[in-house]
Amino acid sequence: MLLPFLYVLRSHKIPVGTQEWLYLMDALSQDIADSSLTRFYHLSRSVLVKSESLYDAFDRAFVACFKSLEGEFDIKEEILDWLNKMVDPAARPAMPDIDPLTLEELRKKFLERLKEQNEEHHGGSHWIGTGGTSPFGHGGSHPSGMRIGGPGGGRSAVKIAEERRFQNYRDDVVLDTRQIKVALKRLRRLDHEGQAVELKIDKTIQKTCQNAGEIDLVFEAPKKNQTELLLLMDVGGSMDPYARLVETLFSAAHASNHFKAFKHYYFHNCVYSRIYTDMYQRKWIATDELFKKYRKNFHVIFVGDACMGPYELFSTGGIIDYYDPDQTRGIDWLLKIKNHFSKSVWLNPEPQASWDYHPTIQAIQKIFQMYSLSVEGLTKAIDVLRKNNQITI
Amino acid sequence: MTKSKKETFNAYQGTEDYVASEALQEVVNVALAIKRPLLLKGEPGTGKTLLAQSIAKAIGRPLLRWNIKSTTKAVEGLYVYDTVQRLNDSRFGGGNVSDIKHYIKLGKLGESFVAPEPVVLLIDEIDKADLEFPNDLLAEIDEMRFYIPETREEISAKHRPMVVITSNSEKELPDAFLRRCVFHFIEFPNLEMMEQIVKVHFPTIEKKMLEASLKKFYEIRTRTGLKKPPSTSELIDWLHALIAMGLDPKSLDETPLIGCLLKNEQDINTKKSTYRYQ
Repeated sequence: MLLPFLYVLRSHKIPVGTQEWLYLMDALSQDIADSSLTRFYHLSRSVLVKSESLYDAFDRAFVACFKSLEGEFDIKEEILDWLNKMVDPAARPAMPDIDPLTLEELRKKFLERLKEQNEEHHGGSHWIGTGGTSPFGHGGSHPSGMRIGGPGGGRSAVKIAEERRFQNYRDDVVLDTRQIKVALKRLRRLDHEGQAVELKIDKTIQKTCQNAGEIDLVFEAPKKNQTELLLLMDVGGSMDPYARLVETLFSAAHASNHFKAFKHYYFHNCVYSRIYTDMYQRKWIATDELFKKYRKNFHVIFVGDACMGPYELFSTGGIIDYYDPDQTRGIDWLLKIKNHFSKSVWLNPEPQASWDYHPTIQAIQKIFQMYSLSVEGLTKAIDVLRKNNQITI
Repeated sequence: MTKSKKETFNAYQGTEDYVASEALQEVVNVALAIKRPLLLKGEPGTGKTLLAQSIAKAIGRPLLRWNIKSTTKAVEGLYVYDTVQRLNDSRFGGGNVSDIKHYIKLGKLGESFVAPEPVVLLIDEIDKADLEFPNDLLAEIDEMRFYIPETREEISAKHRPMVVITSNSEKELPDAFLRRCVFHFIEFPNLEMMEQIVKVHFPTIEKKMLEASLKKFYEIRTRTGLKKPPSTSELIDWLHALIAMGLDPKSLDETPLIGCLLKNEQDINTKKSTYRYQ
């Protein structure tokens, strides 16, 4: 009966497998959800969804599936108006000794009552209204009553889902330093380095056994991350709206002290003969210096919107800085960097949907693999850098 | 609301020293009912570890704690064969070297299997360990037994322990592992719930003090650009300090003892500047 829900979840890209589905069935067979949609919401989310970044997708799927269920009763505006007039809350009667109704009975009676009722009721035990002991309405008491309108104690499951409180945890939106750090952490290549100072117990035992019990200690150099990272950031001009974002990425990379080396430089729109060592573009080194300073196994991450006048990329002397006598085209500088370093990617803070409208973005996309500056994009970019790892060392 | 809820499903409703949201209570009860490990994530300081203590207290079972470090190996949770001790004993005398059993020490997971009564096992900060760590525990957590080749012994659980696992998501956990868990993300408590939490810790707190401090706390927390927004545990520490110093609510405008809330020099400076990013 619930199977369509499984497929709605899967169509929202929530990876629910058979096993989790069977756990849910197990839980339901123990009557855990207790026929309450709110409980079913929490139950199914805890069993089926395994990451807070998917909570939002789950909320959307849940609404898509169960909204119709809640909206099954077409309640007239008029009736809701009557219900807004609340009786004195203190007048709520004690829980009467009535047999609770099953959900089926309740639903049937409610639909009958909806057809018949044509006036306001407060108190009493039959009609839809406030107070009283009728199963329908609010502010009243009935062991298996149904709240219609008015303030309620608990919220409905679909309401909770509709609030979509977990939007911020989606991983296709930009997140905080910590999440970027987690993504950057995956950028590592471990290798032995330095003095052999770590005692290897397992190998020592192995050696000692081979030596017939004569103790033979084995030392090895500790493993260290060999990844070297070069971050080139576009600053100023069209990048101003993204300054905060770039700063977050920078501080995350800077704080992840697990890189063997982390270097960063700034440029404006495109890299030309000079590359800046400070954000205000006062201190600089020649871009050619980069090639001398850093070996080809540095990973290069560009951060920039790649939006500029086409001439800034394609013509000689297209450089913004008037006094720079450089005659190499911007795009050739980019190619030079691309060719010197074996692994490079471009992160773009512009919304991905707009990429097709900028000729310079398209041109740069032909050189570098470009990803959006979100946690998801960063993760993909790092996957690319890692893959290169295995081919060229 | 009907009163016919199953008794078994209400085993956990929070304890007097731990305020659990409705969603959290239900998730704990789901995990208890379908006998699956409960995986908890959430901002640091939202009470993931405390929850395990609270569950143990609520259902009256002892708590075993297995703290994970970056060097922890999965097999250490099952048992450790102290080969070095045995080698030492064999060379320099002492101990019964012929019986390997003397050198097998059960780890926390092993202990929870052989415990004479059902226990709650907390595997704290599982993401600190190596990436493969959770995978190495799959079969043991599924079947609740393991084999010690050295002694040809099989240890199987007398009672299935309730396993609570916490993670700060420093590393992603493998899918195969996630599939077997009941998952819950502890949200940061809202004002209403925070009031309850503070009252649990400071039953005699003055109303004015409570309001003033919470107002200040949420104001700092919602400020943009913080590297590490303060969490519940920091609020509690701050209140401890404020009360110990006997400060009155009015002085909170100046945010005294801000070092309890913000642990980062830059954050304290952001606090002072009025400039805000969009």
